[in-house]
Amino acid sequence: MEHTIPIVDPGSADGVFSLLWLVIALPALGAAVLLIGGRYTDKWGPLVATVLPSLSFVLSLVMFLTALGRDEGDRQVKQHLYTWIHSGHLNVGMDLLYDPLSSLFLLLITGVGSLIHVYSLGYMAHDVRRRRFFAYLNLFVAAMLTLVLAENYIGLFLGWEGVGLASYLLIGFWQHKPSAAAAAKKAFVMNRVGDMGMSAAIMLAFVTWGSTSFSVISEGAAGGSETRMNILGLLLLLGACGKSAQVPLQAWLLDAMEGPTPVSALIHAATMVTAGVYLVVRSNFVFEHAPAAQTVVVIVAVVTLLWGAIIGTAKDDIKKVLAGSTMSQIGYMMLGAGLGVAGYAFAIFHLLTHGFFKANMFLGAGSVMHGMDDDVDMRHYGALSRAMPVTFLTFAMGYLAIIGFPGFSGFWSKDKIIESALHENWVVGACALLGAGITGFYMTRLMLMTYFTDKRWVPGVHPHESPRVMTFPLIALAALSVLGGVLLIGGWITDYLDPVVGQSEEESGGIPGWLVSVITVAVVAIGVGIAWLTVGRKPVPATAPEKVAWPVTVARNDLYGDAINDGLVVQPSGHLTRGLVAADTYVVDGLLTGGPVAVGAVAGLLRRVQNGYVRSYALSVLGGALVVVLALLAVNLT
Amino acid sequence: MEFTSPHIEYAQLWPLFVVFGVGCVGVLVEAFVPRRLRYLTQVGLTVVGLLVALGGTIGVGVGLKDLKGARGLVAGEGALAIDGPAVYLWGLVLVCAIAGVLLFAERRLESGVTVFAGQAAALPGTTAEREASSRGLEHTEVYPLLLFAVFGMMLFPAANDLIMLFVALEVLSLPLYLLSGLARRRRLLSQEAAMKYFLLGAFSSGFFLYGLALVYGYAGSMQFAGIAAAVQGGTANHSLLLIGVGMMSVGLLFKVGAVPFHAWTPDVYQGAPTAVTAFMSAATKIAAFGAFLRLFYVAFGADRWSWQPMMWIVAILTMVVGAVLAVVQTDVKRMLAYSSVSHSGFILTGLLGVQAAGDLGKGEITSLTAVLFYLTSYGLAIVGSFAVVSVVRDAGGETARFDAWTGLGRRAPLTAGVFAFFLLSMAGIPLTSGFIGKWAVFSVALSAGAWPVVIVAVAASIVAVFFYVRFILLMFFTDRASEGAAAVTVPSPLTSSVIAVTALATLVLGVVPGPVLDLVQDAGSFIR
Repeated sequence: MEHTIPIVDPGSADGVFSLLWLVIALPALGAAVLLIGGRYTDKWGPLVATVLPSLSFVLSLVMFLTALGRDEGDRQVKQHLYTWIHSGHLNVGMDLLYDPLSSLFLLLITGVGSLIHVYSLGYMAHDVRRRRFFAYLNLFVAAMLTLVLAENYIGLFLGWEGVGLASYLLIGFWQHKPSAAAAAKKAFVMNRVGDMGMSAAIMLAFVTWGSTSFSVISEGAAGGSETRMNILGLLLLLGACGKSAQVPLQAWLLDAMEGPTPVSALIHAATMVTAGVYLVVRSNFVFEHAPAAQTVVVIVAVVTLLWGAIIGTAKDDIKKVLAGSTMSQIGYMMLGAGLGVAGYAFAIFHLLTHGFFKANMFLGAGSVMHGMDDDVDMRHYGALSRAMPVTFLTFAMGYLAIIGFPGFSGFWSKDKIIESALHENWVVGACALLGAGITGFYMTRLMLMTYFTDKRWVPGVHPHESPRVMTFPLIALAALSVLGGVLLIGGWITDYLDPVVGQSEEESGGIPGWLVSVITVAVVAIGVGIAWLTVGRKPVPATAPEKVAWPVTVARNDLYGDAINDGLVVQPSGHLTRGLVAADTYVVDGLLTGGPVAVGAVAGLLRRVQNGYVRSYALSVLGGALVVVLALLAVNLT
Repeated sequence: MEFTSPHIEYAQLWPLFVVFGVGCVGVLVEAFVPRRLRYLTQVGLTVVGLLVALGGTIGVGVGLKDLKGARGLVAGEGALAIDGPAVYLWGLVLVCAIAGVLLFAERRLESGVTVFAGQAAALPGTTAEREASSRGLEHTEVYPLLLFAVFGMMLFPAANDLIMLFVALEVLSLPLYLLSGLARRRRLLSQEAAMKYFLLGAFSSGFFLYGLALVYGYAGSMQFAGIAAAVQGGTANHSLLLIGVGMMSVGLLFKVGAVPFHAWTPDVYQGAPTAVTAFMSAATKIAAFGAFLRLFYVAFGADRWSWQPMMWIVAILTMVVGAVLAVVQTDVKRMLAYSSVSHSGFILTGLLGVQAAGDLGKGEITSLTAVLFYLTSYGLAIVGSFAVVSVVRDAGGETARFDAWTGLGRRAPLTAGVFAFFLLSMAGIPLTSGFIGKWAVFSVALSAGAWPVVIVAVAASIVAVFFYVRFILLMFFTDRASEGAAAVTVPSPLTSSVIAVTALATLVLGVVPGPVLDLVQDAGSFIR
């Protein structure tokens, strides 16, 4: 299949686009005012922090409409802010790139972001540290916008680190809970592993093309050797895996649910975790020349989409079910992105619709928790559809969207990915289909346990509907979940993204699209049916049954993701640290004296016992000298 | 036998002589000026001397452009090379030295006296010591000592023959051994540190000297140019050269604190007075890496395929051990010491990026440029960090325990914020100078094909980010109403200005690094 890979070649920013920087600056200003202003801003701070991203949204909308009015070729613009490094031929600018891809992200981030800010006004109303919360949220929005607007990998990396920081701060926001602090730390560490890939990729790109700008790299990508492109692609994928919770760096996302629920909705569902998908799609000019890396993307995606779905089936914590589901849905997006030019646009399409319906459901879950005294165990829910009608109805829209009920947004977007996958490779397609079936199962289970079946409320809990300020965003997001599919009318989204990701040729042969849809719906229906049979028709025990079949145990334990991460990352680094400390403290000394001895009379005066004697240090110098000399001789005289 | 007087290029060398001369005058001041006037006289003299030398260095640097042909000259009968990198490093050492003097002269933190022992000869815990401190004695000899060390540090990167290299090494080291042992508080710790530093320094100098003799035996010449010619000729016994190179590198690796020659670093950084640590952690590393670069590029450059594999191993070990051990520290000064060890590894990574001019792509930065920029950003950040450490104190004086620093961000947001900023720069977060430095050294190493080292370097810098950020969180986000918590003592303008200037410079280098990058690129390459 031959096609041209588009080159990033933006025009200069004029008209409304000269305000591009303002989109980032507004929320950044909010964060600065709230953090520096301290408690003087306690009263009005949250409101300001909500208004500023909304202004960014308005600005993004105006730009989007302006861009639509232009010719397809003129929709890419670049705003040069200032030259960061300019020395000889080394030139790194702080440039912003507005193109169809970033325009959609802008709308998603500022739009959903503003709604979640509004929701948080209600949700966090009683938290004493809410000013800080809103400051972090604004910081996050600014960083995320930097990520998607940057014109080079270094700017992208800046945003990448920024969202990581904000995510870290927000996961650990309820710092009085040790579990929250531990979760924040875990997210931080796992993301570092991903960032390692990112920074190595940037370095490699710089060494190869002497620049990290998208336009330079997209122009020179055809000239790179395939091995190098594959390495680059794999490094980028490692970064994407960390940020987007893809196997093997997935475990942190479930723990990240310790953060306040609006955070889960904004950062760990709608925007930040999809940054990996953005990275792969943005780097299409790399992946198109890196077939092996593309294959790995597909494998990672398929494993993750099943992995997340299976976790979702066994959890009783409503947020963790949704987290597993997020992982799985991002797997679908990655799959789309890994399919190359046939799937990029659909990956982004699914990313958008998922942003709507998952944010909707997370906020819905938050609303339920709000009414249930912050209980997250679905075994304590049941029959909430009466008590919380608005939450229920909006959540139902999200539910129908995610399982892919015909006509709802998720139906269109997921279908397209499954269809493309089937075209590419029937095994991959079959796995994607299976995933859709499991999605039908766990989401139906969640719906039944929460809104139907018997009341299993803990005594003293009186579920009630949430205030208006919280239900309004729910309604808006529910509407988007239903209607998100309009983006596909007449293939609009694929045409719109053409200038960025390239045009795929119409594929002929294989299974016709309508048949795929029918099969998908049938598979989902089976999943829903099984859920109805196993959960809906029997009373739900108020505590999780202990005696369960082994697959359930495995799924409850996140498929031993923690154990895997532990074995791969935590244990080896722990051993390394302990080994080095021991070597530094004891080994050299032990050889000489048979163990460290107290420094005697002097010890009392010392604040801490020095761990080494000069003689042991000298011995290490001597040993080092020997090693150095021998290494020199060995290398050269063999 | 006929003696000819050597030809000395005073026009280019005078900044060196100014530093040395003012140091000598300082010794006379100790002998002839009454005690109560000494502090002011010494501080004034030293600052003026260093400023004059800095001005002179800038003048010499500008003057280099007017020289014909190669940008630089071999001076002092072949003993010294005055070229762009040497002059740039002089400037850098002098800037760190000026910061050092200001920190040395700080008197407000110890309520009216400096941080140096009242009478170094008095045994700790004796009547003599109590008397010395009650009389408010202080050692003003530290200023001439600093000047002598600076003199050595300026000679070191400019040394163009082996003898001068060794002399410079000793000249810079001896005053530092002394200075390390002069702390007013925790004197035993300080003296122990000085003793260790001295013994190990002497030990490694022995290796250095032996290696030097072997290299001379191989090349038959003391001058770098002569050695380079012999290496290129390659007729003599190669293993003689290899053993020589190995042993000389022991001496230099010891000075920069590379693994496995790093053991002294945490003890000395912790034990020495913090003002001394601030000065030497920056200036010694700058000078030693300057000498390192010149020796290995100019003298041994033609044989780099022989020594690079060894440097690969050392660089990898240094980064990993430094970063990992920094994670388990519970003392700020020791954490900074281990982080400085890992920074040595990063700089060594840059050193591995050396390539022949022909192999360099158009517009690529050279290994030298990268290392010089890294040294600049690291030097400023580390001086600033130790300056901050010196103002965080509890009832017992300066305190560097982690638990004393817990929650500092709430008690003293500005100080903790500045410290956090330095840490972020050392961690290499984008928009700070550390990021550009790291990026530069990694990419030169990568383009020279040292990708295994770069992978380890990236991994090590990620580990480093972890412990820096963890410490920032400890300062800002850990709640603790504890006893023994440290507070910030407001220092005199001397220390504050050092902190402010280094912080500002770190910020500027990160946001608009262009001018400095141009400057280091403009410094050109070593003359041969």
